[in-house]
Amino acid sequence: MRIVVDFDLCESNAVCMQIAPDIFEVRDDDFLYILDETPGEADRARVEECVQRCPKQAISIAED
Amino acid sequence: MTRAPRAVTIVGASLAGLNAAEALRREGFDGPVTLIGAESRLPYDRPPLSKQVLAGDWAPERAALTDPEELAEDGIEARLGVRATALDMAARELTLHTGETVEFDGLVIATGARCRTMPGTEGIGGVHVLRSLDDCLALRADFEATPRRVVVVGAGFIGAEVAATARGRGLDVTMVEALPTPLSRVLGDEMGEVCAEVHRDHGVDLRTAVGVERISGDGRVERVTLSDGSTVDADVVVVGIGVVPNTGWLEGSGLEVDDGVVCDASCLAADRVAAAGDVARWPNELFGETMRVEHWDNAAQQGAHAARRLLDAAVGPFTPVPWFWSDQYDRKIQLAGRVRGDDEVRVVAGSVEERRFAAIYGRAGRIVGVLGFNRPRHVMRYRALIEQRAGFDEALAAEF
Ligand SMILES: Cc1cc2nc3c(=O)[nH]c(=O)nc-3n(C[C@H](O)[C@H](O)[C@H](O)COP(=O)(O)OP(=O)(O)OC[C@H]3O[C@@H](n4cnc5c(N)ncnc54)[C@H](O)[C@@H]3O)c2cc1C
Ligand code: SF4
Repeated sequence: MRIVVDFDLCESNAVCMQIAPDIFEVRDDDFLYILDETPGEADRARVEECVQRCPKQAISIAED
Repeated sequence: MTRAPRAVTIVGASLAGLNAAEALRREGFDGPVTLIGAESRLPYDRPPLSKQVLAGDWAPERAALTDPEELAEDGIEARLGVRATALDMAARELTLHTGETVEFDGLVIATGARCRTMPGTEGIGGVHVLRSLDDCLALRADFEATPRRVVVVGAGFIGAEVAATARGRGLDVTMVEALPTPLSRVLGDEMGEVCAEVHRDHGVDLRTAVGVERISGDGRVERVTLSDGSTVDADVVVVGIGVVPNTGWLEGSGLEVDDGVVCDASCLAADRVAAAGDVARWPNELFGETMRVEHWDNAAQQGAHAARRLLDAAVGPFTPVPWFWSDQYDRKIQLAGRVRGDDEVRVVAGSVEERRFAAIYGRAGRIVGVLGFNRPRHVMRYRALIEQRAGFDEALAAEF
């Protein structure tokens, strides 16, 4: 699983970071950084929660 | 004994309703799922209506939350342009505005809220409220039709966003607020004043501690008369004085309605009947308080929670930390928690002067809220502390 963020949509509100701070981080420059673009299957449920909860629908999962 | 429903009908095809429908499928529910919505459009997102769409930066289509293909794929039937007018709990039957009746087994009530209006303004052209995409397009058309003077009645978050967007379009804006300080009941005086300053800095003529006496004009609005006797010339008026939950159709249903559909802690209003979003009132056990929340995140989460609860009696209470954002000018304002005007407020990051800060709110020794101006990272960190019921001292000592 690979995490894809559409940075044109992302508004850095850090919802994903609250759910998975080890994967997403909004830094003091107000930009979102993906700390781990290819997390393991154990993280799938949390990443899916991020996909669902992102108010901008900016996160998706690529299966490759 | 209660059982899981065999089919689920969702009344209200917007954010909460759509999230409920999608959650049913995510959970593997394979019975029929029907969305019934009064608007003739497929579910769309409301936040852009006071921001990008109103500004003219987005085509309305960009606000769509789903499309026919996605709904078909998920096996969700959408009946749009259809309003539920009555609910019969004994017969487990809905009446629609067409006179048709439809049986239901499981039900999610997600009818949201509508804008409070000002009596006496019906039929005056150029007077708007803002809730639906149609409202937004009508207001946008009026913004484009060479008006110069916009009056916003109410300096709550929606009013403030409309003011900001109108300024962004180069229009003159007067914002009228009954309270001495905008948002003081929600944010306290100090932080409410910061919001007021932001508007003044952007050239909004903010009138506080004054009400609106009358909106008048010959066919179209021409002026707004304030309670201090002064008048403001206006080509367009936007009334943003809050919303009321859409519960009229539940009258006589036997469901308890008290400023919203009254639910238990798990969002259930009756056997196999749940409610979610702006229309739902429930006891949030995290705060020991019954609440009705009018935010995006809540509607999405509560919709999903209500769906899960219908399917599984073991799904427990819904205990979120309410959170919302509001974009005004280049500021991203976020508030998480349940704050009151008399909470203790402390700035914990940045400074109010630079308008980039986080402030936390404490009550009875606990952190109960966090407000951020362009500080999303801090808001989410402190939001987690609120969720953990952390002490105010502990939150003050935290470093993020
Ligand atoms: C202009 C605007 C900007 C906003 N900006 C933000 C923001 O920046 N951040 C934030 O957190 N929140 C924001 N919100 C709030 C957020 O959009 C709402 O909390 C959210 O839309 C609530 O979703 P809901 O599904 O509960 O209700 P609604 O979105 O109100 O949807 C209810 C639906 O039910 C339909 N309905 C009503 N009665 C019936 C009936 N009897 N039969 C059938 N259908 C019916 C309605 O037509 C409507 O389509 C904003 C809201 C508006 C209006
Ligand atoms: S939740 Fe979505 S919008 Fe918010 S920071 Fe994450 S990707 Fe960006």
